[in-house]
Amino acid sequence: MKTAILLELARGRTARQPVVVVTRLRDGAQSLHRAGGQQGDLELAGPVLAEIRERCLHDRSGRLQTDPGLFMRCYTPAHRLIIVGAVHIAQALAPAAVMAGFDVTIVDPRTAFATAERFPDITLTHEWPDIALETLAPDAQTAVVALSHDPKLDDPALIAALASPAFYVGALGSRRTHAARLERFATREITGTERLRAPVGLDLGGRSAGEIAIAIIAEIIQTRYRPG
Amino acid sequence: MTHDLHRKAESEVDAVFARILRWQQEGRRVALATVIDTWGSSPRPVGSHLAVADSGDFVGSVSGGCVEGAVVEAALRVIMDGKPRELEFGVSDEQAWSVGLACGGRIAVYVERVE
Repeated sequence: MKTAILLELARGRTARQPVVVVTRLRDGAQSLHRAGGQQGDLELAGPVLAEIRERCLHDRSGRLQTDPGLFMRCYTPAHRLIIVGAVHIAQALAPAAVMAGFDVTIVDPRTAFATAERFPDITLTHEWPDIALETLAPDAQTAVVALSHDPKLDDPALIAALASPAFYVGALGSRRTHAARLERFATREITGTERLRAPVGLDLGGRSAGEIAIAIIAEIIQTRYRPG
Repeated sequence: MTHDLHRKAESEVDAVFARILRWQQEGRRVALATVIDTWGSSPRPVGSHLAVADSGDFVGSVSGGCVEGAVVEAALRVIMDGKPRELEFGVSDEQAWSVGLACGGRIAVYVERVE
């Protein structure tokens, strides 16, 4: 690998852009592909390029079917988790999500909750959830979980998340709380509520904050790899 | 502990790249190993990286520890002659037995010099 390709790859990672490196195994010739073009000593075109684009969408590294002498490695940005509500369970969920490889952001306008002391090394924002979600712009590699138990915070976040391509949207709360939430959403003609995961998390039977956090991150991972 | 977790979230890939660039700044020569194929149950997915410096230091993992020793040896040869190599490890492979690919899978690893 040429150092120039490695540097470009590192730049793409920092900018959270998907990057693909294709290697001709026979002699090590390589090209790097990102939005805006390719570089390197391996010129690719036609069906090979089409396969690379298609597989990049699904993060499927491997030998190309159109040319098994070529190996492609997709470098996709880390998946994100946006947690609304800097509450007790968030303190367990944030490090669990980090361990599973997620970039975590916590949204809570209550500055006493969202503190660096309670959430060391986690990105915090004190914007109101609707503003924060607009800035964070959840994409298909983003999960959003509302944990605050306060409709003033949870509702705007969930409404924004349901309108986004986020691959997972979940909300903490009992079945009764969730039924009330669905009624509020119905009167406001919010659509897409069928994909809202509530009560949030896999049913593992756990009760402590740590157990619930693991149930939530487990459901997020399951949804990521086995959607539907 | 929390700090370590945070660095982990920057992903294993980024940690490998950062180390390669640092090694290069220190004037060390480096090879990069990548899992390019897996069959059966293998401990690390396609695309996993292991980087090796000419000193024998390494970062990352291609097999969860099973065949790293053999990959590091091959990487040192690649650093010397610059020729990329394709290695295969599996239960039918005597060397893999001796270094212990525990899971019964097979993996192919590509080793190239970073230059």
